[in-house]
Order: sequence, then C-alpha cells, then structure tokens
Amino acid sequence: MTNTGLPQSQTRGLTPRWKRFWRDPLVMLALLTVVVLALMAVFAPQLAPKNPDLNFSEGLSDMGAPIAPNSNFWFGTDLLGRDLFSRIVYGARVSLLIGVLANGAAVLIGVFIGLIAGFVGGIVGTLLMRFTDLMTAFPVLLLAIALTAILKPSLWIVALVIALLNWVSLARVVYGQVLGLKSREYVTAAESLGASQTRVLLRHVLPGLLPTAVVWGTLGISTSVMLEATLSFLGVGVQPPTPSWGGIINESQSYFTSAPWLVAFPGIMILLTALSFNLLGEGLREAIDPSAKRTGL
Amino acid sequence: MRLLLERIFQGILVLLAVSVLTFGLAVLLPADPARMVAGPSASVQTVNNIRHELGLDKPILEQFIIYLGKVVRGDLGRSYKQSINVTELLLSRLPATLELMLAGIVFELLLGVPAGILAALRPGSFLDRGLMMLSFAGVSLPQFVLGLSLLYVFAFKFPIFPLGGFGTIAHIILPALTLGISGAGWYARVVRSEMLEVLGQDYVRTATAKGVLRSVVITRHALKNALLPVIGMIGSDIGVFMGGVVVVESVFGWAGVGKLVWDAIRVVDIPVILGVVQLGAVMIVIGNLLADLAYPLADPRVRYG
Repeated sequence: MTNTGLPQSQTRGLTPRWKRFWRDPLVMLALLTVVVLALMAVFAPQLAPKNPDLNFSEGLSDMGAPIAPNSNFWFGTDLLGRDLFSRIVYGARVSLLIGVLANGAAVLIGVFIGLIAGFVGGIVGTLLMRFTDLMTAFPVLLLAIALTAILKPSLWIVALVIALLNWVSLARVVYGQVLGLKSREYVTAAESLGASQTRVLLRHVLPGLLPTAVVWGTLGISTSVMLEATLSFLGVGVQPPTPSWGGIINESQSYFTSAPWLVAFPGIMILLTALSFNLLGEGLREAIDPSAKRTGL
Repeated sequence: MRLLLERIFQGILVLLAVSVLTFGLAVLLPADPARMVAGPSASVQTVNNIRHELGLDKPILEQFIIYLGKVVRGDLGRSYKQSINVTELLLSRLPATLELMLAGIVFELLLGVPAGILAALRPGSFLDRGLMMLSFAGVSLPQFVLGLSLLYVFAFKFPIFPLGGFGTIAHIILPALTLGISGAGWYARVVRSEMLEVLGQDYVRTATAKGVLRSVVITRHALKNALLPVIGMIGSDIGVFMGGVVVVESVFGWAGVGKLVWDAIRVVDIPVILGVVQLGAVMIVIGNLLADLAYPLADPRVRYG
C-alpha cells in the first residue's frame, strides 16, 4: 500500500511532472537557496566571522554612528557597533526555527483537525469545520499582535501563536481530501475486507494526505517566516539581543536614511527566504497535485 | 435570503468569539490591570479602589457578562495610558485608516487586475512568466521592508514624496502603494487563472468562432466573468488590511488605527490593543457581508433566495 499519490510508485522513472520540477531553473534556484539557508542556520557559529553580540569599538565611527559595509564588516555594523553579517547569519536560526517548528506544528494541527472532521464526520465533523470557518474570519495579524504583546513576547510565544493561527486553510483542504479519499475504491475495498477504522485511517487515508501536507507545509514556511519578521519588526516578536531579521530592522528603523544597509540586508534575507519557500511549494504542488494548474512559472 | 441570514448569523458568532477571546486574554494577563491603571507608585489602597471601580473584584462570569453588555453597546473600556474611552479613540482614528485602505484597494486593483489579464493572454510567454515572478515577489515581501524601501527611494534619494506623516494626497501615495503592491500579487494570480479558465469555455470559443474580434471577446465576454472573484477578494481585503495598516501606518507615521496599535504596544495599553482586535473583527464581518451583497449585482446568476 504505497499509494501516496507520489508518481514514483506508479512508474519506475520520473514522470513528466517531476521531470519538470527538477528541470525548472527557478525551482532549483529556490531549492538551492533553501539548502544554503538551512546550512547557514545550522552552522552559524562556524560561518559567522565575528561574535554577533559583541559591540566592537571599531564598529562605530568617531561620531558614534554605524559603519557602512567594508572589508572588515562585510554588511556594515548596527547602532551598537555589532557586526551585521554575523547577526544576519544567526538570524537565519530564528527564521528557520519558526518556519520548521511553528509551521510544522500548524501542519500537524491542520491535518489532525481536517482528518478527524472528514473521517469521523457527524456532529464532531460539523463542529470542527464550523470552528475552522470561524477561524478564517479572524483578524490573524491583529490577533497575533495582541497575543504576543499580552503574553510577554519571546521566541516561543511567537512560535506558539503562529502554530495556533496558521493551520486553518490546511484543515479545510485536508477535510475536502479526506471526504474524497473515503469514497475511493481502495479505501472502501479495505473496509469491506474487514480492516478496522484505525487501520483504514492510518494505512490508507493518512498516506494519501502526505502530498498535500508537504505542499502546504512548504508554502506555510513562507507565511510563518514573514509573520515572525513582522511581529519582531513591531517589537512583539523575538526580543533583543537575540538577532532576528525583523528585529534588526525594528532596532534601526529610525536610522534607515543614514544607514540603509541595516534595513536592506535583513530585508533581502526575508524576501529571499519567503520567495524561495513559495517557489518551492508552488513547484511541488505542480509536481504532486494532478489537478494543479500551471501558474506560469 | 437564507444564505445571507446564515452569513449574518456567522458574523455575529465571529464577533462573539472575538469578545470571548479578548476577554480571556485580559483575564490571562500576567500583569494586574488595576496596577497598570494606577501606575507603579500608587499605594495598595488606590490599586484596590481602582480594582473595585473597574469591577475586577467580581466573579469572572459576572465580569464577562458586564463586559459583553458593554461591548454590545460599543463601550470598549478605557485606555490605561490616555484617560479616554477606547471606542472614542478608535473612532477618531478610523477615518484616516479607511482612507488609506481605500487608496490601497485602488492601487491593488490598478496593479493586480491588468497584470493578471496580460499574463493570461499569452500563457507561458516571457511576459506571463515575468509578471507571475513579480507577483510571487510581491507576496513574499513583508510590508515593512517594502514600505521602508519605497520611503528610501521615493522620499529620501529622490524626494518626490514626503518622508511620512499625513494630510495631503502626496502623503497617502507611498503607504497606499505599499498596501497595494503586497495585495496585487494575489489579485494577479487569481485573475490570471480565472481568465485562463473563462477563455477556454464554450461561449468564449463560440464568440471567437463567430468571428467576434479578440479584443471584444476579451473585454465583453471573458473579462466580466473572470473578474467576479475579485469582489470577494476586495471584501476579505478589508479584514486583511486591518492587520496591514498596523505595519504600514507605523512605517509611514500615518495617524490611523494602526499607528494607535503600534503606540499601544510600546506602553502595553491592553484595552487599546484588544479594542483594535475587535474593530478588526467587525471590519472583516462587514467586508464579507458587503461582498455577499455585491455578488448578485455583478452576476445575475447569483441570487439569494
């Protein structure tokens, strides 16, 4: 029972959809960026040329202003004379931690709620989907701001809030898919052969949801990273001195005309990260989901 | 009619849920609200008096019912830091925010819709791929990065627009453009896929086969139907923008509701933050209702009842 919807199980080699995935230069560029970002986060201590929390006396000009990018400070320094390049390398840790952990939790919640609602059905299903509908009508960013502002902002609170808010659309998609899968021949066949409900759920329905979870998980990393950056920018996200890309921009916002590198570099990093995960997710969707339309990329 | 009533009912449910949530948050608050109103130097006696005044010594359920009664009457409590009613504060700032949102929607439509149409006319072309790439970049760029970049280029390097503040037409362009660009990406993608779908349909092919000019087919036959989902998108934008304005208004110093939140975060003025969350929920409900009401006007096939 390897019907995971993945085409490899049907044909030996790569199907045209997967061939297109591996040959799309944009998708491959996105994949490469993601790998580089992951390496950056994991090996930050080895890659960062300087201590990200150290205030260098040569990191500030005689007037006490931050220093523009040069051969010593590759991305310049911040308002406290810290090395921006090292802080950005370490900032990848925060972004990817949120992207993997918080978004991973959101994916689990979404799959769980959609799966239970679709598989169990009845009153439980209706109530769960009504609750999901209700969540779609919530002002997500405002709620995230309120939650993090009230619960003393920290990395873990941000992760928790993102996990609690980001599952909604996935739950709806999963719900629809489970309804579809339930009526598929191989599922009804398993049922008529006497397989228990749990077995059907775990062996036959759950694997069918894997492609959806992978696609939404990838796209969701992009949303989570941007949400974390926005919260940190507003001052209710990751708190200083922990370097986060949004936080760096928050700290230096009022100096952006005299020290534009303090906004430009972290900004480019956020864009690159969000864009790469978006492109990768879109590419995966086209490769995995037979009903996906070409988005033109 | 039934669907509409259902929507209204759902809207009321959302507002109720948000009220429960905001009340729950206020209860969960690690800091003592009475202490926050009184200030750090007030005596225990004063704090107790304020607690009694605010009704915080009553049982939770009673507090909640009183709170709900107040919310229904539009009373969102008092700001901790400014001795003014939150509702008054919100209403005084709302017009500026609505102005900005409206301008944002205009930019969103001006950028997103033509981009989507152009992309759909030649699917797979260089133009199509370029526009879709741009739309991806648009939705992947956080608004504060975009806003600060626009400020740097168009207000600092080339001082065409003022460096923040509000009042004139010139002030609104950059913040509205920031809201618009980040939304336009979604519009472009939806319009493109709708256009492609509509262009492949029988009645469009019939029109083409009859020899109707392609430009007429596109504008008269295809466009009208392809733009229908845009109505719903504008409706939900009203809610999405409520979050966006917090970022955009604080970047540009636009004195609306969003700037209020930014300032309230700095001084942990909880009633103001929670008040804006409730306002946001109201806006979402209104936005979705307006879209529901607009559908039958735009599409005679849609009728409620």
